[in-house]
Amino acid sequence: MSRIPDPIDAGIKRGWRTIDASTLEQDRTLEADVVIVGSGAGGAISAEILVKSGLSVIVVEEGPLKSSRDFNMREADAYPQLYQESAARKTADKAINILQGRAVGGSTTVNWTSSFRTPEATLAWWRRHHGLAFASGDELAPWFAMAERRTGVVDWLVSPNQNNDILRRGATKLGISSASIRRNVQGCWNLGYCGMGCPTNAKQSMLVTSIPAALDHGATLVTRARAERLQLRGQKAEELVCSALDAGGVLPSGRQLRLRARHFVVAGGAINTPALLLRSKAPDPSGQLGKRSFLHPTLISAAFFEKRVEGWAGAPQSVYSDHFLAQAPIDGPMGYMLETPPVHPLLAATMMSGFGEQHAAAMRDLAHLGGMLALLRDGFHDESPGGVVRLRGDGSGELDYALNDYLWDGARRALLSMAEIQFAAGARTVQPAHEKGQRYRSWGEARREIAALPQRAHVTRVVSAHAMGGCAMDGDERRGVVDPAGRYRGLANVSVHDGSLFPTSLGANPQLTIYAITARLASGLAASLTGRPAAALA
Amino acid sequence: MAYTRDMGNTRGNTRNASRSTSRRTFLAVGGLAALALGAGGAWYRATHRQLPHGFALDGEARAALHAIAPAILDGALPHDPDRRKRQLGDAIDAVEAAIRGLPQATQEEVQDLFGLLALRPARRLLTGVPTGWESADMAHVSAFLQDWRVHRFGMMRSAYGALHDLVLGAWYAQPASWDAIGYPGPPRGLT
Repeated sequence: MSRIPDPIDAGIKRGWRTIDASTLEQDRTLEADVVIVGSGAGGAISAEILVKSGLSVIVVEEGPLKSSRDFNMREADAYPQLYQESAARKTADKAINILQGRAVGGSTTVNWTSSFRTPEATLAWWRRHHGLAFASGDELAPWFAMAERRTGVVDWLVSPNQNNDILRRGATKLGISSASIRRNVQGCWNLGYCGMGCPTNAKQSMLVTSIPAALDHGATLVTRARAERLQLRGQKAEELVCSALDAGGVLPSGRQLRLRARHFVVAGGAINTPALLLRSKAPDPSGQLGKRSFLHPTLISAAFFEKRVEGWAGAPQSVYSDHFLAQAPIDGPMGYMLETPPVHPLLAATMMSGFGEQHAAAMRDLAHLGGMLALLRDGFHDESPGGVVRLRGDGSGELDYALNDYLWDGARRALLSMAEIQFAAGARTVQPAHEKGQRYRSWGEARREIAALPQRAHVTRVVSAHAMGGCAMDGDERRGVVDPAGRYRGLANVSVHDGSLFPTSLGANPQLTIYAITARLASGLAASLTGRPAAALA
Repeated sequence: MAYTRDMGNTRGNTRNASRSTSRRTFLAVGGLAALALGAGGAWYRATHRQLPHGFALDGEARAALHAIAPAILDGALPHDPDRRKRQLGDAIDAVEAAIRGLPQATQEEVQDLFGLLALRPARRLLTGVPTGWESADMAHVSAFLQDWRVHRFGMMRSAYGALHDLVLGAWYAQPASWDAIGYPGPPRGLT
């Protein structure tokens, strides 16, 4: 038995209204003022604000309700239980692996706690090119402050683990700026298993903050229910039809839920949100639904050190460098953010290229491996239109994201930057995650060889943990699926409150931007539905 | 984790532009390859019962996985024959469990891949493995994996990627693999 108090268990004992749809023996119809699809960053913040403002709320989530006592820090259990498609979601051509949460709390339950306010350059771009007047640091400051209080964002004063210190050390040696990442944690044990669900409830994810607050105020939470479609009549959504899933969480059980409401907030995350609207055959006056979906396509570089790195232990992301975001104009050659990933066996083994003895030899050095990530900032250049969400034959959503020469140019520079920093930090060998990459023994060799590597789908390993866009918010109705108040254009009672709103990528980890922007949108929605000012987050 | 559905897809009626482009590209390779690709998944699904609640491989498809997994895990598998057999069996069971955790559309794609590998002409043409999977030589298997890894067709590379991720993911998810890589496992005494 765990000694750690479990806030979910305690809440259920207090009488929270939760329905695990996999246990339903018959179809159900429920009704509320507002139905929210998704319990992640956007859905949970919206739920807390709406319910505290006096509205009745149902939150529906495809994943399960899991909590600290379930989080056993094993990849074999965490990925199938807590991630979309068992953490193996891929773009249509399978060239990009996408990590997205699928559990109560959404991606916030499994993210690595990095908390950035939206970069000023990104906000300025949104003001200038997407008609979003609110997009400025000053205008959003109170919303960021509210979200930071809600999610316990703090300066992380603990020394970085070795894996992060490599980035700090190497960058410093080369005169490249780096800084500490702020984290949404309280009393963090510095274990390193954020990605498998926080076993100590230190991470102030939606699972332990806004979701419990909303449930304490009377919200209803429906889990293991897949939002199939909004039933539309004219310009209005009448109900949300959901399929209950079986206990395994993959296949429909055959039971259905019909959720009726005055207003619907779609917050299933990028890819799922546009897919739900496509399945619902929602009007698409701008023709942009599903388009401009962004990923921060991410390159990986592995370095091997004489000393042990033990990248599985300690806060997984605590150091970053945005140096390479500022080397050219935002709409010039692709910029990138440097960060680090946790190094756990399953994740490392699947990211590591090759097989057989070569792969096994690299895995034997796992304790000495330092990993580095470069997140490409997509969506600011004509050659970076992002991907398109489409429906498969069975109605499920899929992102088609083409990798082009503009992006490969950024990928090549990113792999070079990472190798240079890793050697500057004392790496003995560096190997880019690339099928033709080798373990290079010096920066000179790496520079020559990486520059010559062919960059192409599947051969260059590309991953993403930040799906964004697909329901772009834009002041111009010809360009944006959603208006600046978060209202879906063409449907009078549907809003979108999640990362799919972003008209470009961010150039930083998205959770805090989603919290702040959806807090602002949910407050506006609450005021318009109740005729009174909205309640604040805790 | 899965591979492109271009191989042997006879089911989808919404096929996007990039899919049909890569399919056309592949069809240009030659009639026999196209025939094999078109027939593989359909044949497998027609002759094997659909399992709505559990992906499972049998016959030659299962033999393919049993031949491919040791090539991917070469260097990681223990030398002791008994341990090797037991751990390999556990890993293959874990591969099947992992596939059952994927969405239905992806499970069908993976099923198509193994259905294709089970088909003798397709096996010969696409992998160059001359014998049945049960007697396949590891050198032959490794050679075809190397070929697929950097193949000029994206669908072959993505099929390699699916095998790579499924087998290595299943292997290193198992605590039995951790000693060899110096991973102590999660902190104890917490959960």
